[in-house]
Amino acid sequence: MAQDHDHRHDHHHNAPPSDTAMRVKALETLLSEKGLVDSSAIDAVIELYETKIGPRNGAAVVARAWCDPDYKARLLKNGSEAIAELGFQGVQGEDMLVVENTDSVHNIVVCTLCSCYPWPTLGLPPVWYKSAPYRSKVVRDPRGVLEEFGVELPESVEIRVWDSNAELRYLVLPQRPAGTDEMTEDQLAELVTRDSMIGTGLVEAPTS
Amino acid sequence: MNGIHDLGGMHGLGPIDREAGEPYFHEEWEGRVFGLFFASFAQGHFNVDQFRHAIERMEPAEYLQSSYYEHWLHAFETLLQEKGIISPEELDRKQAELSQMGDQ
Repeated sequence: MAQDHDHRHDHHHNAPPSDTAMRVKALETLLSEKGLVDSSAIDAVIELYETKIGPRNGAAVVARAWCDPDYKARLLKNGSEAIAELGFQGVQGEDMLVVENTDSVHNIVVCTLCSCYPWPTLGLPPVWYKSAPYRSKVVRDPRGVLEEFGVELPESVEIRVWDSNAELRYLVLPQRPAGTDEMTEDQLAELVTRDSMIGTGLVEAPTS
Repeated sequence: MNGIHDLGGMHGLGPIDREAGEPYFHEEWEGRVFGLFFASFAQGHFNVDQFRHAIERMEPAEYLQSSYYEHWLHAFETLLQEKGIISPEELDRKQAELSQMGDQ
């Protein structure tokens, strides 16, 4: 172990900036030469996560829940199954708990230990979600974090912070903004932001 | 197990930096590391818990100073070396070879 570590350390401190890219290339090339990795499979995974899997999926779930009370009840009772009804499932979203924001409760999601995140509904997490400042602070001072995100809630609102783990992932069901009664499900989905489903944002009514 | 990864409640780690219109991968190599994650599991060399543990075993200062996908790269290098799939020398050799090709 110690030797391995020193080895890595040399790389980190003595090498030029492009070193990381080269290390990755060396790793992939070696694995590929040994027949352990298929580079075209890596291309496919990258394309899938860059184009098909992202917060638009979660937004569709939220909009459906706003429009269909039965769906919402199923979603809050068994998140994974209800989300799968819309075709979203898979790695890092096997077990989902959906938590609902109300006038009296606001939910925020974090993963203090690493960066667990519901991939099938939100895609890959932004850098800030994986960063030390967010992970350390949100459990200690959630209102301070909301302030950093420009969100101010009345003192009377209880804030619940959910710490994700390897098995269980959370999705926040944000409140439907007032004045959106006439909007269609698709239009509503357009309003739903990634941050509102993490809990660091609110869904705003459209400004017409 | 306690470790630097257990960040919840810690003080003084600075403001939360956000980036508008953030890409999923900031560098091409980040996407390659991400893709390797699936490929290496598919081959059954290690599981996600071992992968996470390899990150948690990082030197605290290195953990805090390096990025998310650098953590992943660290985990790959650690696990593939520990399991005898790739030796450090092999990796160094390949890296030197690729660098030389790049210089030409």
